[in-house]
Parts: sequence; C-alpha cells; structure tokens
Amino acid sequence: MPLHFELVTPEKLCRSDDVYMVVVPGSEGDFGVLEGHSPIMSTLRNDATLDIYATQGATPEKLTIAGGFAEVNEKGLTILAEQVVEAV
Amino acid sequence: MASLKALKMRINSVKSTQKITKAMKMVAAAKLRRATEAAQASRPYAERLEAVVSSIASKVTVGPQSPRLLAGTGKDDVHLLVVATSDKGLAGAFNTNIVRLARKKAEELRAAGKTVKFYTIGKKGKDQLARTFRNDIIHSIEPGDLGKLSFTDVQGWGEDLTARFEAGEFDVAHLLFSKFVTVLTQEPTAIQLMPVAVATDGSVPSVGASVEYEPDEEEILADLLPRNVSVQLLRANRENAASEQGSKMTAMDNATRNAGDMINKLTIQYNRTRQAAITTELIEIIAGAEAL
Repeated sequence: MPLHFELVTPEKLCRSDDVYMVVVPGSEGDFGVLEGHSPIMSTLRNDATLDIYATQGATPEKLTIAGGFAEVNEKGLTILAEQVVEAV
Repeated sequence: MASLKALKMRINSVKSTQKITKAMKMVAAAKLRRATEAAQASRPYAERLEAVVSSIASKVTVGPQSPRLLAGTGKDDVHLLVVATSDKGLAGAFNTNIVRLARKKAEELRAAGKTVKFYTIGKKGKDQLARTFRNDIIHSIEPGDLGKLSFTDVQGWGEDLTARFEAGEFDVAHLLFSKFVTVLTQEPTAIQLMPVAVATDGSVPSVGASVEYEPDEEEILADLLPRNVSVQLLRANRENAASEQGSKMTAMDNATRNAGDMINKLTIQYNRTRQAAITTELIEIIAGAEAL
C-alpha cells in the first residue's frame, strides 16, 4: 500500500502523489513515514532535506524546504512549506 | 450646429479612445486568467493551514501563556481594519466597493463605541479613506502590481502586523478584500485576521485523541499562527488581483461599447450636417440658374 503524499506551498500545490516512504526532518529529529503511520503533527527544521522514496529501495528524491509543517493523518502525509527548493 | 470639421475631429478622438479601451480590455483578460490561476493555486495551502490551526486551537486551553494571536489581548476596544485595495484605478467600482465596506464597518464599530484604526494596502484605498479618516490610518503599503506579489513580500507585512498586535496597538484586526466569484461578480468581504477565529461549534473535523505533537501543541501554534496571518494576507491579495482584473475587464468592455454608441451617434450627426450643406449648395445653384 502506498503512502499518499502532498506538498503544498502558499503559491501552489507542489506535489500530490503516492509514494513508498518519506523521511521528514522534524524539529525534534528525522522520522520516516510509511503507509499506516500513526497520526502526528510536527514542525520542521528550516532548510532541511526531505527524502522521498517513490518505491522501496529506490534512490530518494531530495527536496530542500524552508518553514515547514508536517501532518500525518489517516489520509496520508501533508507537508506545508513556505519554500521548496529542488535539490541538485 | 457644429461644423463638419469639428465633428470629424470628435469622431476620430472617440475612435482612438475606443482603441485604447479595447486594448486595455484585452490586457485585463489575459492578466485575469493568470490571476485566477494564482488565486486558485493559493487556496489549498490556506485551507489546509486553517484546518490544522483550528484543530489544534480547539484542543489547547486558552490561558495567560497562550500565544496572543490565539487568546487575543483580552480587550475588545481598538479595532484595526486592514483594507486591501490596488494601486491603480480604471477598474470600475473595484476599489470603491472595498472602501465602501470599510466605511460601513468603521461606522458600525464606532457606533458600538470602539476605536477604529486603518492599515491600508494599495494607493487607491488609502486616498479614498484619507478623505474622512486621515488621522486614523496608522500605516499604508503600496504593493505595486498585485499579480506579481510573492509570498516573501506579503510575509513582511504579516510580520509588521503581528508585531503591532503584540505591542498592543490594537485588539482585533479585520481584513477587507474583494473575493473573486466570477468575472462579473466580486464580493467585498471582511474576515477576522487577529486573533484567530476558532470555530467552536464542533464543525472542525476532530483529529482523534491519539495525535502526537512534536514539539507540543503550544509551540506548534506559536510557529503556525504568525504564518497564518501572512497566508491570509497573501490569499486576500491574490483574490484582489483576480477581482481587479475581472472588474477592469468589465469596465473596459462597457467603455468600448459606449465609445461605439458615441461614434454611431456622431456619424449620424456628421452625415446629416453634410447632407444639409449639400442641399444648401444645390438650392443656391438652382436659384442662381433660375434668376438668369
């Protein structure tokens, strides 16, 4: 079962798709979110990297985000970020 | 009766006015599309943030330690109206409608014995409000082209407003802008910006009791609430940008049509005058020939 992942900035809805796992840089430590993660709300560290694993064992896609907030509920993971920079 | 030459000149001048209004209409139509897209793109963030804020806010018990943006200053005396308009005119009643709502709101609040202050965004709103409320405008911003505003611009205003709120310059802030419904309808709207209006009627979807918070609720709120102010400001300005272009398009369409009517009327008058001149000349020639 994939994890539904949404990345939203004030300017637009950046990403909305199903992925395997996302490693979220929470302000109290990184945590990986898989399908069925228990509900959590967390603020994110500034200018930290978000790792998105499209499938199991795939090379992660890295995004740098600033001013973020993550919410996991039964619908999936939603990340609100002020700025998103595609990492090189 | 105006001379033929004067009429011709008037027709030409109305024609060039029509060309200008037509071009402005086209420009507004092109900008409108982009502005509505931007307005729609900013909605998901605003909606999600609002949902998160109210669901956390409904869990936190308001105490003296709570962030001021949530708990308020404990008073309800000084109201601030943040009036968002545009810098440019020629957009029909767009700015006037927002200002009218602001005046109405100000009068209501004054009648209820409150002090009203203004914080204006946009030159037009400031100019119109300054006629009656010159001394109550505490700050004004000229945003330039509304369509080109980025989140970073708006963030500065949000921080300024939050700082003024924390300093106790006002107790309640309302945000006034024009909500974009369709090209033909824009609705002047007022929302409460500070402190955050929390729905207490249970309409907030409950997140379940088992949600973990990192760090705790209070700290998350302290982080999110100032951001919420900026996001609301951005949303208001995006809506305004779309409304402005929509309103401009309608206004310019009307102007083009009026110019067309004017041209028709003048052309008829021109033709009649010309006909009259020809008739007079003919009569003169015939009369001259008969006299021989």
